[in-house]
Amino acid sequence: MTGEPLLEVRDLKVSFRTEDGLVQAVDGVSLSLSQGETLGIVGESGSGKSVTMMSVMRLISDPNARFEGEVLYKGRDLMTLKAEQIREIRGTGIAMIFQDPMTSLNPVYRVGWQITEQIRAHENVSKQAARARAIELLAAVGIPQAAERVDNYPHEFSGGMRQRVMIAMAVSCNPDILIADEPTTALDVTIQAQILSLLRKLKDEFGTAVVLITHDMGVVADMADRIAVMYAGRIVEQGSRREVFYDAQHPYTWGLLGSIARLDRPKPRRLATIPGQPPSLLRLPEGCAFGDRCAHRFELCDERPPLLNRVDGNHLDACHLEPKQKKELRETTIHPELIETAE
Amino acid sequence: MTADAPSSSPPVPANGDGDGDGELLLRAEHVKKYFPIRSGVLLQREVARVHAVDDVSIDLRAGETLGLVGESGCGKSTLARCIARLFPLTSGSVVFEGQDISRLSRRKLRPVRRELQLVFQDPYASLNPRKRVGEILSDPLRIHNYGNRNEVKRRVRELLELVGLSPEHINRYPHEFSGGQRQRIGVARALALHPKLIIADEPVSALDVSIRAQVINLLDDLQDELHLTYIFIAHDLGVVRHVSDRIAVMYLGKIVEVSPAEELYQRPVHPYTEALLSAVPIPDPDLSDRRVQIVLEGDVPSPIVPPSGCRFHPRCRYATKICAQQEPPLAEYGGGHMAACHHPLNLGLPAAPARTGADAGAAGPLPAAAGAEVPAEEPQ
Repeated sequence: MTGEPLLEVRDLKVSFRTEDGLVQAVDGVSLSLSQGETLGIVGESGSGKSVTMMSVMRLISDPNARFEGEVLYKGRDLMTLKAEQIREIRGTGIAMIFQDPMTSLNPVYRVGWQITEQIRAHENVSKQAARARAIELLAAVGIPQAAERVDNYPHEFSGGMRQRVMIAMAVSCNPDILIADEPTTALDVTIQAQILSLLRKLKDEFGTAVVLITHDMGVVADMADRIAVMYAGRIVEQGSRREVFYDAQHPYTWGLLGSIARLDRPKPRRLATIPGQPPSLLRLPEGCAFGDRCAHRFELCDERPPLLNRVDGNHLDACHLEPKQKKELRETTIHPELIETAE
Repeated sequence: MTADAPSSSPPVPANGDGDGDGELLLRAEHVKKYFPIRSGVLLQREVARVHAVDDVSIDLRAGETLGLVGESGCGKSTLARCIARLFPLTSGSVVFEGQDISRLSRRKLRPVRRELQLVFQDPYASLNPRKRVGEILSDPLRIHNYGNRNEVKRRVRELLELVGLSPEHINRYPHEFSGGQRQRIGVARALALHPKLIIADEPVSALDVSIRAQVINLLDDLQDELHLTYIFIAHDLGVVRHVSDRIAVMYLGKIVEVSPAEELYQRPVHPYTEALLSAVPIPDPDLSDRRVQIVLEGDVPSPIVPPSGCRFHPRCRYATKICAQQEPPLAEYGGGHMAACHHPLNLGLPAAPARTGADAGAAGPLPAAAGAEVPAEEPQ
C-alpha cells in the first residue's frame, strides 16, 4: 500500500442548483487511494458520500450540477475528460456496484447478456469467449450452476445472488478500483457476511483497490484499511481504521460510535444519541456544520468552519477543540454508560 | 409440527426474566399461516402453499418486550400480523387478555384493536401524504369515538408532546418532517387509543444510525411511562438486544430458539442463532480481526417446499442424518431458554444470570466455544 496513489481527489466541490437555492452536496473533499487499499467512507444519508463517488465516475448528468476540483486517476484528471474517454475508464479502470441490485440490473435481459455486453464493450472478443468469461465470473463470485444460471433473468435470483451478479459484472474487466456504494445495506446479515467475504477474496486475488461506502461502522471496522467520516458534504475525520476507532478525534465520530447498539460491549441502559438532525445543505451554518448537534461547541465553532488538520501521520480531523480537551471529552461521549456504572 | 413430533408441545412459557409483572397478556398457540398459490385462468386452483408461519406458539407477559429476529422471509412479520389479526389464521389460536381473537368477526375485533397497535417500518409509506399530522393522529380517535372535538384535539396535542414533537406541528404534512420525526408520528398514532400491546415491525431499520438511537430511546421511555408491552421485530441483532427482555429467533416459519435476551447472546443453543450472531459485524477493528466468522452458505430455502426434518439442516454445519429425517421439538434448556435442535450448542456453559445489563463482558458474541460442540454422530 505504498507508492503513487491510484486515485486522488483534490478539493472536490459538487453543488446542485434547485428551486430553493444552491445545494452544496460536496464541499471540498480530498481523498487518495493506493493500489490494493480499501477506503471506507462512512456518514449518514445526505452526507455526500455517494455524490462524491458518483462524481469521480462522472455519473452525474444533472444539468444543474456544478463540479469543481480535480479527480486524478493514474495522473489523468477525470473531470476534464471527454465522454468517450471516461467511458473507457469506467469498467476497466474504475467500476462501481450499487446498493440495490434489483434496480441496477436490467430486468428484461438475461444476466449473462448483461455481463457479456460489458466485456464486449471494452475488449475485442467473440461472443462465445465473452460468454465463457461470464460463466467463469459467475462461478468465481459463488453462483452455483453458473453455466445454467447465466441464462436466467435478474428476478430469478435472490437479493444476495443479484449482488453477486453485480460484483461479477463490475470485476469483469479487471478494474483497478472497485467502488461499492452500500453493497450490503439491502441484505440480511448472513448474506452480508457472504458478500463481504467475497469482496475480500476478490481484493486479495486481484489486488483491486476498494472504496466502500456505508453507514455501518461494523462493516468498515471489518473491511477498511482507512476510513473517511463525512458530514454535510465534508470529510470531518480521516485516518487508519485503528485511528478512527481507537483514537477518534471528531465529536461526530464519537456520536456515531456511541449510538450503535453493539454486541461486543455490555448493554448500556440508554443508547447515546446525537441530538437533532443533519443541517440542510441549502443553508449550511457559517461555522462548523456539526455545531448545532455538538455537546462541546464553543464560540469559535460558530465563527468559522474548522479546517481538516493533521493529528499525526495521516490522521486528519476537522474540529476546533484542542487535542488534549478531546481526550478527556471523548470517553464520556462515546461510552456514557461506563461513567454511569463507575459512579 | 410434523406427525413424528408430539403435537402437544406446550406454548413457550414467558416466565424467564423480563420486566413482565407476571400477568399473561397474550398466548399464541400453534399459529399457522399458509398463503395459497393459485394457478389457472377461470378456475383458480390452489397449486401450492407458502408456509409463512408454521406452528408457532408463544406467550407474552404484560410489560415485557419480545424481540423477533430472523432473515427476511422467515415469517416474523407474518407472525406479528397474525397476532394482530390483520389477516385470518390458517389454524391455531391467539388469546389476548383471555379472549380468543383468532376467529372474531370484524365488528367484535374493533375493541381489541384499541389495545393492540402497530408501528411500521417505512415512515414514508405508512403515513398518508395528503393528510395533516392532526388528521393522521385524530383519525383513530374519531373511529373509536374517543370523545368530542375538544377532547380529540387535546389528545392529539398530548400525543405530539409524548413523542417529542412540538404541538405546533399539528398542521404540517408528513413530507415536512424528517425520517426520524415521521417515525415519531407513527408511534404517536399507535399510542392514540392507549393500547396495551404495540407491535413494532422494523421500526428503526429505515433510519440513520444517530436517529435510530433517538427513536429506540423514545420507545424505551414510552414503555416505562405507559407500561406498554412490545413485540419488536428487527433484523439488527444489536438493536434487538438493546430493547428486548426475551428474544425469539425464527427460521423459515418456525421459532427455533427463544431465550432471555442477554442469555441468547452469550449462550446461543441453536446453530442458526450462533451463525446469525457471528454474521453481525463488530464495530471494533481488533475484535473483528480476531474472531472467526461463521459464513452460512446459500440462501434461505423456499417456504413453499421447506426442507424435511429440521428446516435449517441444509445450511447447518453440525447437521447429521437425523436432522434431515426428524423435526426437532422445542426443548427446554433452563431459565426459559428453549431451542429446537438435535445438536444443541454451548450446553456446558452456565446459564447467563438473568437481567445482567452491565456485567456481560466484552467476549459476549464471539462464538469461540461453539467449535467444541460438534456432534458425535456420523456426518452426512
